[in-house]
Amino acid sequence: MRRLALVIRRDLRLALRQASDSAIVIAFFLLAVALFPLALGPETNLLERTAAGIVWVGALLSAMLSLDRLFLADYEDGSLEQLVLAPGSLAVVVLGKVIAHWLTTGLPLMAAAPLLALLLHMDAAGFATLLLAMALGTPSLSLLGALGAGLSLGARRGGVLVSLLVLPLCLPVLIFGAGAVDRAVQGLPATPPLMVLAAFLLAALPLSLWASTAALRQALE
Amino acid sequence: MIEADTSFSVEGLACVRGERTVFVDLRFTLESGGALLLLGPNGSGKSSLLRLLAGLLRPAAGTILWDGRPVAEDDEAHAARLAFVGHQDAVKPALTVAENLAFWAGLRDPAIAASTIAMALERFGLGRLADEPARILSAGQRRRLALARLLAGKAPLWLLDEPTAALDAGSVRTLESVIARHRAGGGMVVLSTHTDVELDGAQPLHLDQFIRRPAVAGAAPANNAGDGFRPADSGGPS
Repeated sequence: MRRLALVIRRDLRLALRQASDSAIVIAFFLLAVALFPLALGPETNLLERTAAGIVWVGALLSAMLSLDRLFLADYEDGSLEQLVLAPGSLAVVVLGKVIAHWLTTGLPLMAAAPLLALLLHMDAAGFATLLLAMALGTPSLSLLGALGAGLSLGARRGGVLVSLLVLPLCLPVLIFGAGAVDRAVQGLPATPPLMVLAAFLLAALPLSLWASTAALRQALE
Repeated sequence: MIEADTSFSVEGLACVRGERTVFVDLRFTLESGGALLLLGPNGSGKSSLLRLLAGLLRPAAGTILWDGRPVAEDDEAHAARLAFVGHQDAVKPALTVAENLAFWAGLRDPAIAASTIAMALERFGLGRLADEPARILSAGQRRRLALARLLAGKAPLWLLDEPTAALDAGSVRTLESVIARHRAGGGMVVLSTHTDVELDGAQPLHLDQFIRRPAVAGAAPANNAGDGFRPADSGGPS
């Protein structure tokens, strides 16, 4: 537990001192979503209907931007060797890094989402569900991202490769995340898609920790 | 703190990188207080051997034994007993010097005292830089920070890959005395170097003798440990 806290604290400290990394992700999210009203025109009906999907696609793409730095800096400066050689389970270290990644990207994305929903004229009925769906979906993105980031270490153009690896895996999050908000806007119960998101998160947690620790060990061979 | 009669040995160790066999049938035994000096030209497998010993690489053949038991049986116990300083210093420029060391030391021993960290930094001449961001460190100072990890932990086995790279003459002397003290307390050291590091009674291990060359086996000339050259001092002020 103390080791987990230690890793989270270190990564948060690094993220705060290099705050531009996180800021770029949020700026991209805001810009990418703001493109849609400009491209589709100010027709409120159209925006209202597509708002949930646009916000989710924006969040997904922005999250991809942040993934390559999850392990790459540690890999390049030798920290990853030391993390692998630290006593105790490597999964704890990876979990700490995933939590820190979520706190510095998933959480700000979540906070920015209602603002963008407002911009897209999303029905107010969907706001609470949007937040809840983001809260359940973005940790899955960080977890799957860790898997992709681990697998792409050492590859040329790793950043693009991460996105290609991770995006298909994230499709359930997109489908059920946007679906939940749509249902809420239409006045239907949003619980079933939210439950699927929660189940997906619970399945991704052990699987991606297990797979990314293996990928990290492989990267050092 | 370190048991007096531990032993660290390898038997029939082979290393294959890609398609190339780096060395085969390598063996040595190290007792408490012992030091092993890895010698050989570039590409003879010094770094690979150290990474094998650390458990970062898997041997193609052979076993690594700690007190007669294969270390592969318990990777975590092996990781806990070794300290590895590789080519890269694992220093984060955005953290201060003390924060860098405190993180690595805390990961090994969550109850580590701040005074231990301060003492380790002081020993390697980084005491007055403790609160500066590591970004300002020179290559030699970063290396000293990496070496300070050795003193902030209690690992009995030190695996050092070219620890003197970028160090000035004074820092090499410091490292020598730190290693001597570690060995006097029963610790072991495996070290590769191109400079001449003074290690009393260190066993030299010439890696080029373990290349698969059946006709010449055992006949390779042994270089002396002391005939290395000392490159121009580089790195930071001391």
